[in-house]
Amino acid sequence: MSGKGMNLTLKIWRQKDSSTKGQMVDYKVTDISEHMSFLEMMDVLNEQLVNAGEEPVAFDHDCREGICGACSLYINGEAHGPDRAITTCQLHMRMFNDGDTITIEPFRAAAFPVIKDLVVDRMAFERIQQAGGYISVNTSGNTQDANNIPISKHAADEAMDAATCIGCGACVATCKNSSAMLFVGAKVSQYALLPQGQIEAADRVQNMVAQMDLEGFGNCTNTGACEVECPKGISLDNIARMNRELMKANI
Amino acid sequence: MSGFFKSSIGRKIAMALSAFFLMFFLIMHLSVNLLSLISDDAFNTASHFMGTNPLVQFALQPVLIFGVVFHFVMGFILELKNKKANGVAYAKDNGAANSTWMSRNMIYSGLAILAFIVLHFIDFWIPELNTKYVLGDMSGLHNGEMRYFHELQEKFVPIWRVVFYVVAFVFLGLHLAHGFTSAFQSMGVTAGRKKALQNFGKIYSIVIPLGFIIVALFHHLNHNH
Repeated sequence: MSGKGMNLTLKIWRQKDSSTKGQMVDYKVTDISEHMSFLEMMDVLNEQLVNAGEEPVAFDHDCREGICGACSLYINGEAHGPDRAITTCQLHMRMFNDGDTITIEPFRAAAFPVIKDLVVDRMAFERIQQAGGYISVNTSGNTQDANNIPISKHAADEAMDAATCIGCGACVATCKNSSAMLFVGAKVSQYALLPQGQIEAADRVQNMVAQMDLEGFGNCTNTGACEVECPKGISLDNIARMNRELMKANI
Repeated sequence: MSGFFKSSIGRKIAMALSAFFLMFFLIMHLSVNLLSLISDDAFNTASHFMGTNPLVQFALQPVLIFGVVFHFVMGFILELKNKKANGVAYAKDNGAANSTWMSRNMIYSGLAILAFIVLHFIDFWIPELNTKYVLGDMSGLHNGEMRYFHELQEKFVPIWRVVFYVVAFVFLGLHLAHGFTSAFQSMGVTAGRKKALQNFGKIYSIVIPLGFIIVALFHHLNHNH
């Protein structure tokens, strides 16, 4: 493999901490295998930096299997890079060519402040979830069997599709308005589609939307960019459903 | 309910409702304009009716003005709020990879339409208000003849105005190309009905501006005074 890999120039956002001004810094990596994931390429860079006595680049990652939603990165102007329906850990270096310059930035939004380098604080999503992304279930010992409540296949499938949202924040990062409506739409929908979610439906949508606004996310203008960049293919229909739920809650 | 229209989604819905009204108005406006291609008499009659009917003048017209002002003001407010939500700008942002130019530039197509409306008001609306309500001449006559068709043709003699109008209508088309389906999406229309709406939106956003363009060009090429 040696000598056949790619040589790349990386332009990476470096920022010491949340209160320091950051800037783009150029790095070179050599002999990168096309079979590496993007994060493995970042690991190579960081080893190089550590060996040279420099501060490694901080970036979020956890499962590296495309399901946890921890890895972020805005790569060459797109959330999770140029490939579709993937997280950054599932982006492979074969998507790039020898000699390429790759721009790597953190997910940008006023509600996602940078903590360090490429790591951003996505706790705003947690607070939105806490505002209503749950159902209250009596667990005192007389809980009825879930199968006692019939749910149509169609509703179950749609709810499951919405529930596949991993809360990575690519929708916000990619939206020209930094709107979180795809995320909130998915979280509202996964309960709105099921009978268990009906009791708290009105409060849920109102509280989650109120928290979303409070966090400083922008307003959706239906560009549809979020749906394209979403690693889980969450549909814009979830935003429409959230809008209907909010209307219903107010009428 | 008061909280509803202060929420981000409530405002989105308010934008969509005003958009529906304005899109309906465009159909009405174009219908009257198209009469001028067929018959000066029909155009004169329709214009006189619209210009003097109390229901149109004192009920629909104020609603229209409110709708236009609201759509612009709310559009600017939302744009500013969204800019604030952005944080630091990306060094490299490839919007073309995931969305249309029209959807990303509604504020600019909207500004072009605003510039057009200012000229259009100066051209037609203000003189009309002056004649009818300042001078008190509700007759619709000028030198004993119905004046509307003549005034229309006169306005489209200078080429600069025709070019300005045509360019503005192209921006209107770009605005509608995203706005039409966007308004329905905001109102919560999904899935099954989406494809049909997208097709109808495409036709609407081409036919309406093209109709206005044809009227402007027709009168520029056919004025005989």
